[in-house]
Amino acid sequence: MKSIKLEINGVQHEVEVAPWRTLLEVIREELQMTGTKEGCGLGECGACSVLMDGKTVNSCLVLAAEANGKRITTIEGLAQAERLHPIQQSFIDNGGFQCGFCTPGMIMSTKVMLDDNPNPTDDEIKKGISGNLCRCTGYAKIFDSIRAAKVAMAASSDGRGGA
Amino acid sequence: MAEFSLIGKSVPRVDGVEKVTGKAGYAADFSLPGMLWCKLVRSPYAHARIVNIDASRALRLPGVKAVVTGKDFGGWTWGWMPATRDEPPVAVDKVRYWAEAVAGIAAIDEDTAEEACDLVDVEYEELPGVFDPEEAMKDGAPAVHDYAENNISVQYHWNFGDVEKAFADAYIVREDRFATSRATKGYIEPPATLAYYDPSGYITVRAAKQSPYFHYRHLAACFKLPLSRVRVIQPYIGGGFGGTKNDSLAGDFCAVLLSKMTGKPVKYVESMEEELTTSRRRHNMITYSKMGATRDGIITAIQHKVIADGGGYTAVGPLSLYLAGFGTTLPYKLDNFKYDGYRVFTNNPMGAAMRGHGVTHTRFAAECQMDMIADELGMDRLEIRMKNSIDNPAPGTTYTTINGVTLKTCGMKEAFRQVAEPYWHERNELPKKEGNISWGVGVSGAPYLTGARQMGHQACAAIIRLCEDGTVNLITGATDCGQGSDTVLAMIAAEELGIPVSAVISQKVDTSYTPADPGSYGSRVTVLGGQAVQKAAQEVKKQLVEVAAQTWKVKPEDVDIRDGMVFVASDPDKQMPFDRMARVACYSGTGAVIMGTGYSTYGLEPLGMESGYGNAGVSYSFTAQTARVGVDLETGQLTTQSFTIASDCGRMLNPLLAEGQIEGGAIQGLGQAIYEDFIMDKGRTLNPTFVDYKMPHSVDIPEMKLIDVETNDPDGPYGAKEASEASHVSTPPAVICAIHDAAGVWIKEQPATPEKIVKALKEKAKEKAQK
Repeated sequence: MKSIKLEINGVQHEVEVAPWRTLLEVIREELQMTGTKEGCGLGECGACSVLMDGKTVNSCLVLAAEANGKRITTIEGLAQAERLHPIQQSFIDNGGFQCGFCTPGMIMSTKVMLDDNPNPTDDEIKKGISGNLCRCTGYAKIFDSIRAAKVAMAASSDGRGGA
Repeated sequence: MAEFSLIGKSVPRVDGVEKVTGKAGYAADFSLPGMLWCKLVRSPYAHARIVNIDASRALRLPGVKAVVTGKDFGGWTWGWMPATRDEPPVAVDKVRYWAEAVAGIAAIDEDTAEEACDLVDVEYEELPGVFDPEEAMKDGAPAVHDYAENNISVQYHWNFGDVEKAFADAYIVREDRFATSRATKGYIEPPATLAYYDPSGYITVRAAKQSPYFHYRHLAACFKLPLSRVRVIQPYIGGGFGGTKNDSLAGDFCAVLLSKMTGKPVKYVESMEEELTTSRRRHNMITYSKMGATRDGIITAIQHKVIADGGGYTAVGPLSLYLAGFGTTLPYKLDNFKYDGYRVFTNNPMGAAMRGHGVTHTRFAAECQMDMIADELGMDRLEIRMKNSIDNPAPGTTYTTINGVTLKTCGMKEAFRQVAEPYWHERNELPKKEGNISWGVGVSGAPYLTGARQMGHQACAAIIRLCEDGTVNLITGATDCGQGSDTVLAMIAAEELGIPVSAVISQKVDTSYTPADPGSYGSRVTVLGGQAVQKAAQEVKKQLVEVAAQTWKVKPEDVDIRDGMVFVASDPDKQMPFDRMARVACYSGTGAVIMGTGYSTYGLEPLGMESGYGNAGVSYSFTAQTARVGVDLETGQLTTQSFTIASDCGRMLNPLLAEGQIEGGAIQGLGQAIYEDFIMDKGRTLNPTFVDYKMPHSVDIPEMKLIDVETNDPDGPYGAKEASEASHVSTPPAVICAIHDAAGVWIKEQPATPEKIVKALKEKAKEKAQK
């Protein structure tokens, strides 16, 4: 067992982990934050996407020990109290999900995309979420949601969806 | 639409906030104190006798609490109909497909359970297997089940009109062989359950089931308990699309039995590899299609011989095979139709239900063959469809097909008209060739049924309880597995009661409290559940109006409710907000309990599976579609550029959600058309991952233009019919017909992969050279 420190959504955690435990397992099982989903467990579906030091990772492929000392953001860290992040609101308003299982990962990938490039073209939007599988929507309404989110974020005071 | 305040509006989903914040709890998100984990031991053979199972080494591993094998279920078997109960929860004497479960383990954590699986010593005697359904039908083929002669699981023989005469009289007759692939539902949430068998004799499970009442009945029967001692609580469901999440799996049964043995809750989460290896996938069906037509392109006869690979057990196969036949007489007029369908056991994983169930196979064959006939006659491919389409029956009348399917509305012709201009006719103005890419456009038509019947009950009911704060509890047995039915049903309740959607609190299925309902399959929930909710809400409104009438000393017929106000139209002094009137009702005198109930009355005709005659659903939706596809003539690589989809779904109750269904259905159909197929080697699935089993990604998506063709069916709440399954069915033929338009080759076996296209192009070139 190894003791690691993780900052998740601004909160410091110290956990004892076996060397083979993944970041996803630690988030879901040790810390009981189940917003991040496990689809394939092999890095193919993107449902487990979280931010690690500002970059998207498939948390099922990251060993917990590798995340030691890193800053992690999960879907639970996006809304500020009752106020949804503009990406979250946009996915609701534009029908950007159906069953909702891929949604936490999809929204995290969208956040990184829009943080890196606040004004993506339609092609860049498609590429930005190409690591996230959705079986329900056929993606069209996800594209609509991201296009609307980029407008909403540009209109926010800090240009990143902040208050 | 002034007549409604909510119906027809794009109301956002009622479960939106939960889903975008990660708060929505799916089956695998639940845990209980002291919980154990279950893992399954799976067979390394597709067909083998189980000689002995020795679990002693596994039981000695620290942390392992219990092991179950097939024998522990006391010989119980299950199936879709009484005559087809051929499937044990866990294999008993023999395994019939690769990776069929042979034992289940409960341990303190998932890793220990997995490790213990390798320590179970199973002695097998491998048997010769059979993996091709046409081989399996031959005399002397290995028998998958002793009871099934020539491995035939189900067969139907229907004959309507006189096909022989029609073919003799036809100007043109074509015979071709088509095949669909082994496609799967591809939901991102793997099956999961958390089960607890209370020592006092009650089972409680939270399981990823789109039809929780099936599971409820399976568990009660398996564990020989009264239904009242089984409680299935529905969590959020991460996609369904038929098949696996309708049924109960080995992991479900093992988790319950292991819980009974240990007295602890047991959790089971299937890995995606297990899911893709064993899932109840779409049957791959071979269709031998014979079609006759007049010189003018009127289709006069269709004869289909269908052979479906059923895999190791019957499952829902009788319905799949029935639907593959029934649907052939839609959406075109047809006077002569013969169907010989065979579902055949093999040592492959089970074929079962999936979106577009049954209809997709034979519609693909018929649409392609219609184009071949049109081409031979020198006729426009859209024109042949317009000529043959069933007309929209005049209001109050019914169109009946040769096999007794009755239509009260049919927007097929109008849908074709809508895609004709400009999408079909402008195709010749678009570039035909750009470098190595040759462009083509395909057109197709497809029907689907609303409210598929099963052999059992059709019950669909709703209970609405008025609360004293002016909200209502909406209680149904309907499961929203992503399609948005919780939202649409809440809209219907709100529409009828004149209150906002936010005042309707929907409850998820809990078999202890919600009314029994077969489940979410066959596009039944919006129409059947919608009618039930409509009636229950009308009942609540009637009771509240009576309270208002007494309060104001007026006649009930003078009172109405709209926009959150209870009022008397003729007297502006008599009006009260809905929540206040609710309090008046609950607090006056002894206090009233206002509760409304309703149930659907649609679709009560019995299913004519043997005769093939009669309705399979309540009403029928229709879709016309064009697809523009580019084929790289060197590599066979495809670019799907655009879809135009005109859908008659009766009336869109919520356009945002209905469009999402249609788009999602079409893209799932695109996957089936050009990417998706399990590669099999003697029963073993060689590509059980999302990298090797390729589904459409965001970068593969064409531009989609949707057109709404409204027909207002009398047998649906507010005129609604099915949405999404027809667009799922219309996509593969539209795409494959476009490939032919682009490259001049017919890909008669789905999926149309680059490899098949290149091979067909080479053959075509060779034929040309020989001429």
